[in-house]
Amino acid sequence: MSRDAIVLLGVNHKTTPLAVREKLALSAGYEEPLRALGQLEELREFYLLSTCNRVEVLFTCADVERAQSRVLDLLFGQAITAEELDRHVYRYVNNEAVEHLFLVAASLDSMIVGEAQILGQLKEAYRHATKIGCSGFILNKLLHKSFSVAKRVRTETRIGAHAVSISYAAVELARKIFGELAGKKVMLVGAGEMAELAAEHLVGQGVAEVVVANRTLQRAVNLARCYNGRAVSLEELLDQLQRVDIIISSTGSPDLILHKEDIRPVMRERRNRPLFFIDIAVPRDLDPGINDLDNVYLYDIDDLHNVVEMNKSERDKEAVRAQRIIAEEKLKFGKWLANMESTPTIVQLRAMVEQQVRFEVEKTMGRFEDMDGQARQGVEKMVAAITGKVVYPPLHYLKSDNHCVTLPERIKTVRELYQLDNSTDGQE
Amino acid sequence: MSFLLFQGSVAIYLLSAAAYLVFFLTQKNVLRRTGRAIFLVAFVLHTVNLVARAVETGHTPITSHHETVSFFAWSLGCCYLSFRWRSAVKNLGAFVSVLVLALMLVAAFSSRDAIPLPPALQSWWLPVHASITLLADGFLALACIGGIMYLLQEREIKKKRFGLFYSRLPSLETLDKLNHHCLSVGFPLFTLGLITGSLWAKQAWGAYWHWDPKETWSLITWFLYAAAVHQRFTVGWRGRRAAILSIVAFLSVLFTLWGVSFLLKGVHTYVS
Repeated sequence: MSRDAIVLLGVNHKTTPLAVREKLALSAGYEEPLRALGQLEELREFYLLSTCNRVEVLFTCADVERAQSRVLDLLFGQAITAEELDRHVYRYVNNEAVEHLFLVAASLDSMIVGEAQILGQLKEAYRHATKIGCSGFILNKLLHKSFSVAKRVRTETRIGAHAVSISYAAVELARKIFGELAGKKVMLVGAGEMAELAAEHLVGQGVAEVVVANRTLQRAVNLARCYNGRAVSLEELLDQLQRVDIIISSTGSPDLILHKEDIRPVMRERRNRPLFFIDIAVPRDLDPGINDLDNVYLYDIDDLHNVVEMNKSERDKEAVRAQRIIAEEKLKFGKWLANMESTPTIVQLRAMVEQQVRFEVEKTMGRFEDMDGQARQGVEKMVAAITGKVVYPPLHYLKSDNHCVTLPERIKTVRELYQLDNSTDGQE
Repeated sequence: MSFLLFQGSVAIYLLSAAAYLVFFLTQKNVLRRTGRAIFLVAFVLHTVNLVARAVETGHTPITSHHETVSFFAWSLGCCYLSFRWRSAVKNLGAFVSVLVLALMLVAAFSSRDAIPLPPALQSWWLPVHASITLLADGFLALACIGGIMYLLQEREIKKKRFGLFYSRLPSLETLDKLNHHCLSVGFPLFTLGLITGSLWAKQAWGAYWHWDPKETWSLITWFLYAAAVHQRFTVGWRGRRAAILSIVAFLSVLFTLWGVSFLLKGVHTYVS
């Protein structure tokens, strides 16, 4: 074994239906599962990411197969059966894991490609990992790299600037109408998956309040709770129109629920502040004539589709460029990794030698804790110096480039000579 | 001296407008920064030119047609920069730089001879009245540009067919704010211009109001803007209607400035 493998396990919206994802999501926050993972001695470094669309764990370990099954057992074992695990969980090792992480960070793996939220979530997850101290040398480098890759993709391609899905298109339109969305209010009329997705997007853009109007009030109340919003009944719809700015309608009603003539007096009351209607219901909820009113904009599902289609070819082009950036960065990281392969061995070797020197010193001179400050400092220095001297020849051997023996072979030799693979297991 | 400065600033305005236009089409940020920097240089040069001309002619350079239009272009640049400093409006610079350039070209092709001032006009009212009015015109021109941009953008959003402008123009809200800002600064200035003009008329010609064509058209323009401002602040007219009204009213400004001078003769004519 030359170095630890990088392994990424996870489920996302592509491989796993929502019902299963819900079961797997880490609803209790990061701390508990991270600590639980810390108990597994197979793992060296690890980190966890959980969003509404994905749960992923990234770790480095020596024995991929064993670590993998222990991790899956611990994280997902109680929620779903082994068979389901096999079907849904994807596993990536080394280069593939690096690539996948980059794709996620750059939002190419998102449900809404190019959305910016994921990077924030990634950083948040990383922050938790560093707080607990479970990310180490390799993962720190890898995650930081993924942030900069995401940034590069964002600045060098216009993948984030385009409406790439219905809900994103709706948000972009809202921005063209209202400018800043902070402080604007959204009303959901009826509750469907699409409406929720759009609402989520808008909340991500900082809208001030979400109002949910539904035929059954209970459902409205439940949904409103998700966004810290409030629920109203359908009868209050017209009153509410004076207070909100963006209306996303998706009721199952067979008839129109709002007519042009209903809206006209509302606009007078609103002093012509703009209203943006998004009608994603089929059949339609809103009278198409509403769009003819001044300062009122109405888009139905077909209109939004057209917007998305218009952007699609452009988006595909941008996605190709983004993929290229990721391939490039993956290559760079692979090179770094190859150079760093010897690092764990060096660290381990150094630790082992130092431990033994300390052990002998303590045997002769008594415990370090009992020494007074200056004497202790002196001895510490001596320990470091001896360690350095002893470790120097193997280090030099590992690092010298003009060897006819390849690096993995050299690492193997050193590990065997110093019994690194046996001693760690034996002593701990 | 001032002539050279004038030619120089026209040339640099031309460069700036070109940079802005290329930026508008290609959306390369470097060009926007370049365009802005060039515009600033041209503006500074233009300012120096105005000062130099004032020194040469011995009075505020707002008497001949050349001077008036040049000063008008300057005040438009001034308003733009003042607004630019308050809040950024995407791609406004492209529109403004083109209009400034157009005005400068008009000024370049009209006679640059300094006109000796008739004694009636030799008064400190001249700089006050003329510069306030032209500064107001600058703001009103900006409102008009904002209105045009609003209509272009709104058309694409309403028709749901996105072409050249959708991604390049700012949000409707921003454009409406621009309109609001320009009207709420431009209209009081314009009113002040009318008042100072009438006070000056009393002093120079003995009556506050002559019903000379320029005055009449100014009054018509004033009423148009008064209507726009009134509707905006009481009924909440905004967006499309406010934009259209700003454009129509600005056409009336232009007519007051040129139409009256060349089609209808009156005491305000430049030609002595």
